[in-house]
Amino acid sequence: MTHSFDRALNTVGAWVLALVWFLPLIYAIWTAFHPGAYATRFDLLAPLTVENFVNAWNAAPFARYFLNTVMLVTFILIGQFVLCTLAAYAFARYAFPGKSILFTLVLLQLLVMPDILIVENYVTMRRLDLVDTIAAIGLPYIASGFGIFLLRQTFKTVPKELEEAARVEGAGPLTVLWKVYVPLAKPTYLAYGLVSVSHHWNNFLWPLIVTNSVETRPVTVGLSVFSAVDQGIDWSIITAATLMTSGPLLIAFLLFQRQFVQSFMRAGIK
Amino acid sequence: MLARREWIHGWLLLTPALILLFAFTHYPAVTTVWHSFFSTPRGQRPSTFVGLDNYDFLLADSTFWQVLSNNLWYALVTIPVSIALALMMALWVDGKLRGRGFVRMAYFAPTVLPLIAVANIWLFFYTPGFGLIDQVRGLFGLAEVNWLGNPDLVLGSVIVVAIWKEAGFFMIFYLAALQAISPSLREAASIEGAGRWTYFRRVTFPLLMPTTLFVSVNAVINSFRLVDHIFVMTEGGPDNASSLLLFYIYETAFQYWDTAYAATLTVVLLVLLSILAIGQFFLVDRRVHYR
Repeated sequence: MTHSFDRALNTVGAWVLALVWFLPLIYAIWTAFHPGAYATRFDLLAPLTVENFVNAWNAAPFARYFLNTVMLVTFILIGQFVLCTLAAYAFARYAFPGKSILFTLVLLQLLVMPDILIVENYVTMRRLDLVDTIAAIGLPYIASGFGIFLLRQTFKTVPKELEEAARVEGAGPLTVLWKVYVPLAKPTYLAYGLVSVSHHWNNFLWPLIVTNSVETRPVTVGLSVFSAVDQGIDWSIITAATLMTSGPLLIAFLLFQRQFVQSFMRAGIK
Repeated sequence: MLARREWIHGWLLLTPALILLFAFTHYPAVTTVWHSFFSTPRGQRPSTFVGLDNYDFLLADSTFWQVLSNNLWYALVTIPVSIALALMMALWVDGKLRGRGFVRMAYFAPTVLPLIAVANIWLFFYTPGFGLIDQVRGLFGLAEVNWLGNPDLVLGSVIVVAIWKEAGFFMIFYLAALQAISPSLREAASIEGAGRWTYFRRVTFPLLMPTTLFVSVNAVINSFRLVDHIFVMTEGGPDNASSLLLFYIYETAFQYWDTAYAATLTVVLLVLLSILAIGQFFLVDRRVHYR
């Protein structure tokens, strides 16, 4: 009796919290799909419209911003995969002097992230003449301590016999890495990839600092410029733009919810 | 001979990652400290060595003290609340629950949304008079509140957004840990007649300690790193009442172009992060082992 009451209480609690958590999103969807007059008036019969999206899309070069973000995220992802794989392999399977010190230096990046070192990294980018390029947004994040750590943990679980068998057949280190380790670590790559893409899609501060033109700005910076300057307080258009910028990620999340959650879990377990 | 070749292969594999890692993490961390002892170059005047002048200025800078206190309050509230919520969410979602899929999605959704974008939605929520919060208050006959314009309320208002954004993210780690706990422990506990609360306190919670350590280190870092919503919602105002350390660094470096002072502020941030992370590690680590 008390047990079922307890359960009911928990169910109600869980649902109330879930609804509160979901409310901002529901609210944004409501506002974005209704004419401006209904932004703060809740009438179930209010007419639906996509006009806000059209207006937002036309008011700023969002197509270009999206292209920039996609290029940025791809650049970072490929760079991270290549560099972190090589480094993780060295840490997992090679013995060499300085290994533990270097590994500590890699882990230090989990604490001292490039996000915090904006002042000096900007100076570096200016010196390299890279300010206002997509490369400048991505470069500080490519050698990711988190990625190296995650892949190293995965590579360590690969049985050594598999590597030795490949070596006997005359495969070099890179072939072994490519033919033995990478295929076995596929779930980790998927997990890390999702975490990385969603992180860099959403990143704002560093891109804001290092870009200053339409040709390089990612959507997050584009959105902030758009909602700060152009719109005054036309909430319908701003929420439409807001949903638009988070849209691809949100749709991907709804479609691949299970994989998303499991990927984040896998990335966190280690 | 063979060992030598292994060394070289190891180093070669590491080189590309290490070059970038040093260039954008270790080198700037060191130059930050170095530049905090110099003046900001302005126009014709080059940068000169000024010793501890920047630090003297820092100690006398009332804005700095306010921002620091803001950030500590921000961390002090955001970290425990979001961790407690995360744990509760994970326990709910892990148990038998009607509509578990939806609930889990609702908790997790803020994690995949850009903070800068959701800040726009929250800004709308907080709008005095016709924002959602004031509309709900209006139903109960309560007066309008200028949530983001009142120096006493603004920090709390941005803290709510941070908690909302982070709790679902931390939930995932707890969920993973909960699913790794063997069900036989629960059976054993129920044979012993342990209630649900006792089971949680004596079994689940201690087993989750390593996760709590991991999550809390992450929460500390995030409480100094996540400032995106400040840009949209308050720009640090009114009167710096909602400014956080990293936002102040940004303002100092990229709006006033006082890079030497920004470097000094960054040193404070780095020291703070190291102390907190190391302290936390020892504090929680001890409990992980001895209980």
